[in-house]
Amino acid sequence: MPRDNPEAGVRRDAVGVGLAVGAYGFAFGAASVSAGLSAWQTCVLSLVAFTGGTQFAVVGVVAGGGAAGAALASGLLLGSRNMLYGMRMAPLLRVRGLRRLLAAWGTIDETTAMAQAQQTPALARVAYWWTFGGVYVFWNLATLLGALAGSIVDPTRYGLDAVVPSAFLALLGPRLRSSKLDRRIAIAGAVIAGLLIPITPAGVPVLAASAALLLAVRTRGRPS
Amino acid sequence: MTLWILVLLTSAGCFALKVLGYLVPARILQRPQVRRLVELLPVALLGALVVVEAIADGSQLHVDPARLAGFAVGSVAVWRRAPFLIVVVAAALTAGLVRLA
Repeated sequence: MPRDNPEAGVRRDAVGVGLAVGAYGFAFGAASVSAGLSAWQTCVLSLVAFTGGTQFAVVGVVAGGGAAGAALASGLLLGSRNMLYGMRMAPLLRVRGLRRLLAAWGTIDETTAMAQAQQTPALARVAYWWTFGGVYVFWNLATLLGALAGSIVDPTRYGLDAVVPSAFLALLGPRLRSSKLDRRIAIAGAVIAGLLIPITPAGVPVLAASAALLLAVRTRGRPS
Repeated sequence: MTLWILVLLTSAGCFALKVLGYLVPARILQRPQVRRLVELLPVALLGALVVVEAIADGSQLHVDPARLAGFAVGSVAVWRRAPFLIVVVAAALTAGLVRLA
């Protein structure tokens, strides 16, 4: 295939990201119905909230019998990173009015990463919108299929329960490589959560892991 | 009913957070402390989620050999920088096969 047009390459990559995310969406759909949400509720989360990590966190707390408040709080805390992405994407996309709302809706890990990886602002915009489109279509189709499959068979039989921690680790992977502080914070978060699992209600271990940020506050004042 | 409220509040809240990112003045991010904490928050939460999803069942520690085997293979895939799709499929296949055995 000729590689003369960088835009075509970006579009292909965007669709590829969408397909990969689809596998994760299937796991989400299945996990969500086995947690006790209906197929409709599962699909509304993917269609409107449209942010995978948050969706998994929310249904994870529900599956563990945690309080709705804890589920909502851990979901929103995790979703707050999309706000940061929006702050970075706003000057690049330069959108106004309704298009701004649409751009915000698509502001997630994958779209931001794809856009930020491009050499020019024009390519970044192509990457952003195409990744949004690809991920949106596949994420929602896969959620629906996963929800339907999950209502018929037990998803743990097909190993879908092992997908969730692996997918979270995959999201964390680039950050673990980026700096020592990131690694220390991730490990501290993991240790806090692990210690709290047997002694607190579901949802609390993840919320309490935010305390790991104290490591960053404590080291801030030090000369480096 | 509670589940619908949770679904709707999560959806509305996530959308609001995204929109907020486009509305807040960029100079807030220029404050290094704020930027740093916002960037590091998901790292702490994801670290916690990995552990909770791997070894918890509700508020109990639950060691499921098949789930852990799948997670171990998924972890190696992440470490070897495999694409997301490979990580997900390898983890599911391993856990599924261990359960069949």
